[in-house]
Amino acid sequence: MGRYILRRLLSAIPVLIGISVIVFAIMAMIPGDPATAILGSYATPENVAELNRDLGLDQPLVQRYFIWLGNLVQGDLGRSFNLNRPVLDEVLERFNATLILAGTAFILCSFLGIAAGVISAARQYGFADKAITFAVLLGISIPSFFLGMMMILIFAVNLRWFPVSGMWPIYGTRDIWALIDHLTMPALALAVVATGVIARLSRSAMLEVLRQDFIRTARAKGVRERGIIWRHALRAAMVSIIPVLGIQAGFVLSGAVYIERVFQWPGIGQMLVDAILRRDILLVQGGVVFVAACYVLFNIIVDVAQSLLDPRIKT
Amino acid sequence: MMAFLKLLARNQLALAGLIVMGLVVLLAVLTPILPLADPDVTNTPARFTPPFSEGAILGTDHLGRDLLSRLMWGTRLSLAVGFAAAFIAATIGAAIGIISGYYGGRTDNIIMRFVDVLMAFPYILLALAIVAALGPGLMNALIAVAAVNIPFFARNIRGITVGIAHKEFVDAARLAGLSDAKIILTEILPNVLPVIVIAMSTTVGWMILETAGLSFLGLGSQPPQADLGSMLGEARSALITNPHTSLVPGVMILIIVMAINLLGDGVRDALDPRLKSGALSRPLPATLVARDRQTGETADGTALLELSQLETQFHIGPRIYRAVGGVDLQIQPGECLGLIGESGSGKSVTALSIMGLVASPPGKITGGSVYYRGEELVGAPYELLRSLRGRKVAYIFQDPLATLHPLYTVGDQLIEAVRVHRKVPKAEARAHAIELLKSVRIPNAEDRVDNYPHEMSGGMRQRVGIAMALANDPDVIIADEPTTALDVTVQAQILTLLDDLRRERDVAILFITHDFGVVAQLCDRVAVMYAGRIVEQGTTDEILATPAHPYTRRLMACVPELGGGRRRLEAIPGLPPVVDKLPAGCAFADRCDKVRAACREGNITLDEIGATRRVRCIAPEIEEVPA
Repeated sequence: MGRYILRRLLSAIPVLIGISVIVFAIMAMIPGDPATAILGSYATPENVAELNRDLGLDQPLVQRYFIWLGNLVQGDLGRSFNLNRPVLDEVLERFNATLILAGTAFILCSFLGIAAGVISAARQYGFADKAITFAVLLGISIPSFFLGMMMILIFAVNLRWFPVSGMWPIYGTRDIWALIDHLTMPALALAVVATGVIARLSRSAMLEVLRQDFIRTARAKGVRERGIIWRHALRAAMVSIIPVLGIQAGFVLSGAVYIERVFQWPGIGQMLVDAILRRDILLVQGGVVFVAACYVLFNIIVDVAQSLLDPRIKT
Repeated sequence: MMAFLKLLARNQLALAGLIVMGLVVLLAVLTPILPLADPDVTNTPARFTPPFSEGAILGTDHLGRDLLSRLMWGTRLSLAVGFAAAFIAATIGAAIGIISGYYGGRTDNIIMRFVDVLMAFPYILLALAIVAALGPGLMNALIAVAAVNIPFFARNIRGITVGIAHKEFVDAARLAGLSDAKIILTEILPNVLPVIVIAMSTTVGWMILETAGLSFLGLGSQPPQADLGSMLGEARSALITNPHTSLVPGVMILIIVMAINLLGDGVRDALDPRLKSGALSRPLPATLVARDRQTGETADGTALLELSQLETQFHIGPRIYRAVGGVDLQIQPGECLGLIGESGSGKSVTALSIMGLVASPPGKITGGSVYYRGEELVGAPYELLRSLRGRKVAYIFQDPLATLHPLYTVGDQLIEAVRVHRKVPKAEARAHAIELLKSVRIPNAEDRVDNYPHEMSGGMRQRVGIAMALANDPDVIIADEPTTALDVTVQAQILTLLDDLRRERDVAILFITHDFGVVAQLCDRVAVMYAGRIVEQGTTDEILATPAHPYTRRLMACVPELGGGRRRLEAIPGLPPVVDKLPAGCAFADRCDKVRAACREGNITLDEIGATRRVRCIAPEIEEVPA
């Protein structure tokens, strides 16, 4: 097992390098001169040249990449000129908030989606199946940002169950209950689309498995229907559900960008959008590389989970 | 193509999606010539007019602009951007995919590694990075969304191309000296085009949603121009005071995406052959039983298991396959009855019908009865059936790799077999599982109990299958070709094991096989099955010595004899009849060398020709068994 994890970690290195190259290349395409952007249009050519030298921008592109990569490996993502603080500090702080939001949504969509899919398959063509299928269609069709806005309107403004936005109360204690209070709506809104996708896939994976011979064997043993569905069929179906959970995690992370905007959640998506609008390139660059790397690592965890679940995978 | 459109039309939801989408597109196309207010003219005094007001059916926004007009123009823009992004992504992605798949080798390797890296990004990060580089704006958002989706198309199309690139017609074109470019354009592209179109149609909703999302964040269309996303983004600040400004564009996005999803689902379903054949429907816990079925009579009160006039059919679309057409069998305690026939003769379906294990739908028991110790099982409450399964009547199936659960250890599966019927502690059940493995002569049972099925050989797996059947000391074991998937030497071992266990434990066996050699070794009596009916029945010795039905005689001639070799092996000419179109009279008539006109008329009955012999033939090979 340890060797398998190590091997997966090693195989992630080329992907991580690829990610860094792509992000660097995209950022290098930006027209204009960062130094001019930082100093404003009244800067003298001497000032611009000086800043360029300080930033290392007078070097050739390839060299600049390696300098940037070297700093990156040491945890130095540069400095946000707009916020005037190290990019890494800002990214870590913001990513923490995103992780709480996206992580909760991911757990929600995994459990709800799989449960809905299993029930739907177990009651194929029955009322529960039709109801779930319809709910799923609605769920995957509604834009999460619109859903979030409607939730604010109904549950925060009209019913006053939850606060309208933010992560913490403006006044009052910052305890877990305050967090849950603020987290519930954005996490649900974020989870809806992924729940629908996972439910659909779980349903078809279950239907596929339920026709297998080993299910008939279990029935011939006299296993109760509940055991057939949840112990035999779901266990086998998980083999095809888990990789989709990995993919959906990426979509949840992506959707968080919209949800953070709707609910004013101080996460990394908000940070990136603001940074783009303010042309704070280093902050965008650092944020993108950091999140992409985290996602790659997360997918390794998914692979390891898959190998734990399926003894047929050679570890 | 016509068939596909028909299928699509039959799916009402897909049709609804198509109609809604058609209407939306039509309105979007007609927008410039409709009598609408100018979408960009502000009229601040009339800001936030509620819907259904004079002159503004949907009201006005925060600058007093007519929402209906803005909605129409916004929809037009969103659709255009979504379709354009899908088209660009599909074109570039397909080109990359075709090149990668067609040339293969290093080209393929480099391109696919690059695609892998692109797909390692959560898609929106890449889109944000591109927008960051190009600057906010609708055109740039379009480029970003298209770029992010290129890897998806490239990977899919590459997969298809790889499959086509080595087909004969491509090789032929190459041999004919056509250039690569020409082959790609004339041979490959026409074959992948349908896939590209379908992939595009299923992603277009997604693209509309993504561009709307970027606009919502303020990174797409810039004021005063507005697509649906930026309308929603601008309305957000007035969400609480004037929710209609948010509702109007939001509902429109929902309608568009839902219509496209419905349509996409319909396309997918219409193309999936498994849906038509019902192969995706889930089997019920027990086989369905026809309400109006004629029950069979129990003739023999002493039998352990008795099948009486049992009929099982498969209803697939308009076709009805009569897999089992009125079978009578009795199994006495401790007896081994062989049920022999070619594949497709209905012997397995007969066996599975006993405990309601025929997959249903499409299977259905349409007539007759099964009695276990005089108790009717067909149509019995599920809980009764379940409590007998594995406890009194156990099964051994053919392919032990497919019939054991791949993700549980054999120990866990044995423990479960015990614990579904008897509430014993886990440790005790485990000890019992090891005992069971020992009783089927698995060496190192203590270690083997923790093996997964894939870690065992075929013979060992089948021993596990037998151990599982023995777990609750059943009265009857139904063995459905348990040795067919095994090597000959292993076959012999398993047969010996079954024979020993039967004598030790005094368990009755219904042994299903197509092999007379196996029958001779194991069975007390034999029933020969053809096209869903018993054609001959008797003790093993009698039938082997003097087969009465022409089919039995021919079937026996198919068996090679060890050490013999002088006799010619004879296959039976022709194929068994398809059981959805059974002929009148004898089903074997077309293949029989003794066929006469009377064979094809009326029902031929299973007649007694001796104390223990029965045959369904008007001209049996022997008239009467000497007493």
